[in-house]
Formats: sequence, C-alpha cells, structure tokens
Amino acid sequence: MRNAGRSIALTLSLLSLSGCGGIPKDALQLAPEALADREMQTRRFETRDESALLRASAALLQDLGFNLDDSETELGLLVASKNRSAVEAGQVVGSILVAALTGVAMPIDTKQLMRASVVTRPIGEQDEQIAVRVTFQRVVTDSKNNATKREGMRDPAAYQEFFEKLSKAVFLEAQAL
Amino acid sequence: MRIIIVLILCLVPLGCATSQRELLATGESQLALRSMQTRAFDTTNVKGTVRIVMATLQDLGFVLDQANVELGSVSGTKLDRYALRMTVIVSARGEKQVNVRANAQYELKAVEDPVPYQQFFQALEKAMFLTAQQVE
Repeated sequence: MRNAGRSIALTLSLLSLSGCGGIPKDALQLAPEALADREMQTRRFETRDESALLRASAALLQDLGFNLDDSETELGLLVASKNRSAVEAGQVVGSILVAALTGVAMPIDTKQLMRASVVTRPIGEQDEQIAVRVTFQRVVTDSKNNATKREGMRDPAAYQEFFEKLSKAVFLEAQAL
Repeated sequence: MRIIIVLILCLVPLGCATSQRELLATGESQLALRSMQTRAFDTTNVKGTVRIVMATLQDLGFVLDQANVELGSVSGTKLDRYALRMTVIVSARGEKQVNVRANAQYELKAVEDPVPYQQFFQALEKAMFLTAQQVE
C-alpha cells in the first residue's frame, strides 16, 4: 500500500515535469513598473519627419554593431540583433576552481544574442512630435549551448546613451515623455 | 518493480503521438480558442490599430520581431526567464470595425488559457480608448 502511494506520488511529479508549467499569471498583465519602463525607453522629438528618425535610428544601430533583421517604415519599426561573447572573467575563474577541486567542468556563459526593436510614433494634438521607443533583450547561452539567461535589458544608462547618440545624429533634442 | 511498471505505463501515452503531428495540430476546440483570442473595436483605422498594438506589446515588455503593414500583423517576443512569443493580426471587420486576433506561445506550447488573452485585450483597450468587444 505504501509502495502504491509512493509510485503515485512519483508518477504525478514526473507528469508535472513532462510539461504543464503554464504561462505565468502576470505575463500579459500591465506591470506596475510598465509606466517607468516606458519613460526610460522613450524620448520625443520636435519633428514630423518620422522617416528621418527611422533612418537615423537604423544608422545608429549599425554604429552599435547591430544587424537589421526586419523593418516596416509605414509602421515605424526597426528590428535588429547582434551576437557577442558573454564570457566573464569571474565566471571563468570560478569554473576553473570548481574543476580543480571536483574534477567536474562547470559550463560557463559563452555567447549572447542581443536584440533591439525601435518603434516610432507620431504623438501630440496634431502629430507634431515623434516618440521613439527602443527596447533591448538578450539570450545568454553557455558552453553546453543551454540558455542561461533570457531577459529584457533594463539598464537606464544604456537607454540614456542610445538617445544621446540619436539626438546628436538628428540635431534634435531628445525630450522625456 | 511495481513502481517501474507504473512509471513506464505512465510515460508510454506521452510518447506515442508523433511530434510531427504538431505541425497542423489545433489543440483546444478551434472555435473556442479563436473566440478567446479575438476582439472587435469600433474603428476603421487598421494601420493606427496596428501601431497601438505595437505600443501595447512594448508596454507589456515585448521586443518586436517583425511587422507588416499590408497584413496588419505584428510579432514580438518577451523574455523574462521564460520566452513568450505573440502574433497579432488586425483586419477590417465589416465597414465600421476592426478585428484584432492574437495568439501566443509560451515556451513550447500554444497558450490556450483565456486569462492571458483577457489581460492582453484589457491593456489594448486602455491604449485604444475603446472597448474590446467579444465576437462570435
């Protein structure tokens, strides 16, 4: 009887492993920080020339080493990505130490795919301004090709720098929303 | 021994559907699924609606993958330890409305739970300043 109970418990835990970890409850819910994120990722420019801003954004993405994956100028969209090293010295040293102590090689982060999308949108009473919003995310994979990090990138400094460069390129001030 | 037999018996049914069958699999009742993924809005501006969908996806933490103005389509991916991919297609519905149809996949599975779609359309409603109307 105890055996049967154990086997049922085991079976249930196996079944749950085999795949019903469903979508998190808040995955498509507006997060409390959504507004702050929007402000961090958006600037407005005093111009009606949406395509000039898109062209400047595409050139800026190139400057930053991104390759363009897709674009739809009529909707104000640029999609770009780049593959880069994700090796971090600290992790390498840690892995070597663990290997020396245990004889087991710990996988280390090796590659990252960084993605960006830029969306422009006319705003204001008479569409007299253009809002530009950029968002970044990345997937980090380790030496065994497993994804170790999948995340949106939330460093305010990165967004700040992006818009400073865009502002210089279009000779227009990048204003907060 | 009994445990092993029970385990094997449990795993067998999981394995017998060939994975190729996933290509044209429709999962949940097609009609019910489409209904939870679709809303109508009182506007005729398809392009404007697509732009608002794009902004809404960005608000929800997505990075957009692609968009096509002629198809009225937008796809994006949200990475937050998990991967959630979503496609939204906006089309004219009669002469006075647009249809917004969304579908999502979470990791390796289609999202067939109505709640995430309700949440998406709630966010979209706010951005549209229009009510999302249930159809079908």
